[in-house]
Amino acid sequence: MDKKIIVYSTPTCPHCIRLKEFLRENNIVFDNIDVSTDKTKADEMIKKSGQMGVPVIDIDGEIIVGFDTSVIKQKLGI
Amino acid sequence: MIFDLIIIGAGPAGITASIYAARKSMNLLVLSKDIGGQTSLSGDIENYTGYQFITGPELTKRFKDHIDTYEIKVNEGEGILSLKKDTDIISIKTDKGQYRAKTVIVASGKMPRELGVKGEKEFKGKGIAYCATCDGPLFAGRIVAVIGGGNSALDAAIGLERIARKIYIINIEKELTADAIMREAVLKSGKITVLNESRVVSVKGEKFVQAIEIEKNNSKKDIAVEGVFVEIGLTPNSGFAEGVDKNNLNEIMVNCACETNIPGVFAAGDVTNVPEKQIIVAAGEGAKAALSAFRYFIKVK
Repeated sequence: MDKKIIVYSTPTCPHCIRLKEFLRENNIVFDNIDVSTDKTKADEMIKKSGQMGVPVIDIDGEIIVGFDTSVIKQKLGI
Repeated sequence: MIFDLIIIGAGPAGITASIYAARKSMNLLVLSKDIGGQTSLSGDIENYTGYQFITGPELTKRFKDHIDTYEIKVNEGEGILSLKKDTDIISIKTDKGQYRAKTVIVASGKMPRELGVKGEKEFKGKGIAYCATCDGPLFAGRIVAVIGGGNSALDAAIGLERIARKIYIINIEKELTADAIMREAVLKSGKITVLNESRVVSVKGEKFVQAIEIEKNNSKKDIAVEGVFVEIGLTPNSGFAEGVDKNNLNEIMVNCACETNIPGVFAAGDVTNVPEKQIIVAAGEGAKAALSAFRYFIKVK
């Protein structure tokens, strides 16, 4: 699987922690962007997702807001 | 398939109940929006026996590791829509499916109370947030408002102090009701302005929040903010439990064996009328509920 996956998160948000855990458990490689320290990337996330909540996951340009296992499983084919 | 037991919720009550039920070899299913519930949102925990100090996310991880040592089916990310008992079977409808069981433990906890004002639904996630620790960092350099005057509101405001440009605390009471130590920190801060006896009437904006309208002494005015953190307490996740007796706070009424008014339906933790909303109390109630459910199950099996 060669999908490009970006996770926008903050270190303190429990859903972000669970999302990253879930991806690791399923051996999914992803880039994590900590939006609490990177203002430019935070703005990029807000623009992409049209909202200001974390986590946001970008799977090959497809944007999913929040940690919804069934949607993420479906998009990743796992 | 009819499960022996369905547990709704995976906070300390739900997870403890599932461990006890698994040890009784009940065929069980856990349905939950998340793992850890409010525990996962807690900061430092220093009163959970066995741990002198642990953070909320770490304790949640321990809970998860513990539940994972049993073969328990946990459906994470399911929102419960309804729960109904017909003759002997309890049916549960979620946003993902339908399930049936002989016994149910409701351990769905509490969630942040909403303001109930115009614009709130529209701007949820678009400037309105209910978890300052989660979403706060996105408001770096912005002007924000924290709604509420209790400990959680002041905790949020103090947390946002390092991040935001300016913070308004919109408090409906005459004075802040938080602990003295927090009130002092807020009053000392050059960044925080407290507006007492003020009520949010609406949230305004286009794509994102641009202002809140507040009312004080019968006069209304707009305050320009880009973020609104709602910290006005909690409300039980009990709306789906039709026919289950609740008190005036919408907490599910249970007796000391965690039984509700419906035979086979049990409840535990913060969703119930049991006093003291504490992680350790919720965990203990979860254990009791599982043992009560097991006893009932043996009788009706």
